Amino acid sequence: MNTALIREQFPILHQEINGHPLVYLDNAATSQKPLAVIEAIKHYYEYDNSNVHRGVHTLGSRATDAYEGAREKVARFLNAKRSQEIIFTRGTTTALNLVASSYGRANCQEGDEIVITPMEHHSNLIPWQQVAKATGATLKYIPLQEDGSVDLADVEKTITENTKIVAIAHVSNVLGVVNPVKEIAAIAHRKGAIIVVDGAQSTPHMKVDVQDIDADFYAFSGHKMCGPTGIGALYGKKALLENMEPIEFGGEMIDDVGLYESTWKELPWKFEGGTPIIAGAVGLGAAIDFLESIGLDAIAQHESRLVNYALGRLREVDGLKIYGPAERHVGLVTFNLDDVHPHDVATVLDSKGVAVRAGHHCCQPLMRWLKASATARASFYLYNTEADVDALVSALIQTKEYFGDAT
Amino acid sequence: MQLDDLYRRVIMDHYKNPRNRGRFEDDVVTVDLNNPTCGDRISLQLKTKDGVVEDARFTGEGCSISMSSASMMTEAVKGKTIDQALDMANRFSSLMKGEAVEFDDYEELEALSGVNKFPARIKCATLAWNALRKGIDE
Repeated sequence: MNTALIREQFPILHQEINGHPLVYLDNAATSQKPLAVIEAIKHYYEYDNSNVHRGVHTLGSRATDAYEGAREKVARFLNAKRSQEIIFTRGTTTALNLVASSYGRANCQEGDEIVITPMEHHSNLIPWQQVAKATGATLKYIPLQEDGSVDLADVEKTITENTKIVAIAHVSNVLGVVNPVKEIAAIAHRKGAIIVVDGAQSTPHMKVDVQDIDADFYAFSGHKMCGPTGIGALYGKKALLENMEPIEFGGEMIDDVGLYESTWKELPWKFEGGTPIIAGAVGLGAAIDFLESIGLDAIAQHESRLVNYALGRLREVDGLKIYGPAERHVGLVTFNLDDVHPHDVATVLDSKGVAVRAGHHCCQPLMRWLKASATARASFYLYNTEADVDALVSALIQTKEYFGDAT
Repeated sequence: MQLDDLYRRVIMDHYKNPRNRGRFEDDVVTVDLNNPTCGDRISLQLKTKDGVVEDARFTGEGCSISMSSASMMTEAVKGKTIDQALDMANRFSSLMKGEAVEFDDYEELEALSGVNKFPARIKCATLAWNALRKGIDE
């Protein structure tokens, strides 16, 4: 993988921030976009823009082909059996809310259990809290090991015959741990539950195969994997989706409308009310093409080398605490520096051109578990280099000096 | 972007040695506010009598800007009438907008003037003042 050539594809990287070259290390929040994606969106609006599934004119056909073509790409990208199993959403949050509001509310009642973990992003936690509140089901947590990982023995204990839904992140957006979702899916299925996987932090960084995992639902966002914001997808097994009710009603999702009764379109369109995010889907399709042209395995290898390098270099910084396992962080490192608050760290790093995230990362229960009110996070992607890590480390050392002197 | 605009010595001093940190034993007006996007939180207690802020204390956790702002705010409003305190809060808002404002009544607040050059940090500096407004409303 030639990082220099890849970087050339990302115009945004070639600028100075506060007099320093931009070092963008906030990829877990959102990734940057390559020219191929920017051009695809531009081309769509310049030449093909029209509504889908309606017009009998040429532009209408082009837009429909582009939109449905993107769905085919997503299906292939996740190795779904069929493109009907791919529902376009605004992103991971909307996808998870769709499962919770439709499948969750219809299939849970008092006495049932929904099993999640304390490391879930708020978008894979609050929807289940709400389902539990609305249905009387119990929300249960698989405990975490000391390093933040999940032990299968605990999974086995927490999931019972009463469990209806297991919802878990494939990769944690704070700890960088990869959860054994395939094994968890097997346990869930053996006990009669379904598994919902939050793939927001996995799809950008590794090859995902929903059939191999045997995921019942799998959600992801386009913008974290070089695509535009406002587009993502929910994968769901056909048999489950067919039995689910839409949660949004209106145009585009209907089959036949009477004065008092209506029927829905077939999959996947019954879940896509209103004019869909057509340009977003086109951009997501281009992002998938871009990532696949480089190869998800090559990207995973590059990032694994980079994260290991970062873990090594960060350990050189006196007073830096790294959260999560000693090794095996996927795509990111979360840390705190002495008693300097992470917001102050992030501001000083920004003054050196280094963009990191500081805060609770939409994981307040996990922050409490880590006994931290907030943390800083450096997250990497295919265009990051060892030089970026060096810039981060040197800026952290300067942060330490600055706050040491300022007192 | 000059870091020293943001982190002046007086700010770091209030951060490292916060004034009025703690809680009152007795039952007083208490306002709990947090900044949901970043996790900063403050619990402000106000003792008021006959329209005067007699005393103020705070606890909480957050960055140097939010905590030093809280420390300064409690110092600034002590002994002021409620109207004077609200007037200060208004002037502080103007300061965050980059307007030239004077704090003859508590000059140290002017150290926070640099925050307006760091838009992402303005909400850190205003957290304590929002708690003050809310406390006065109650």
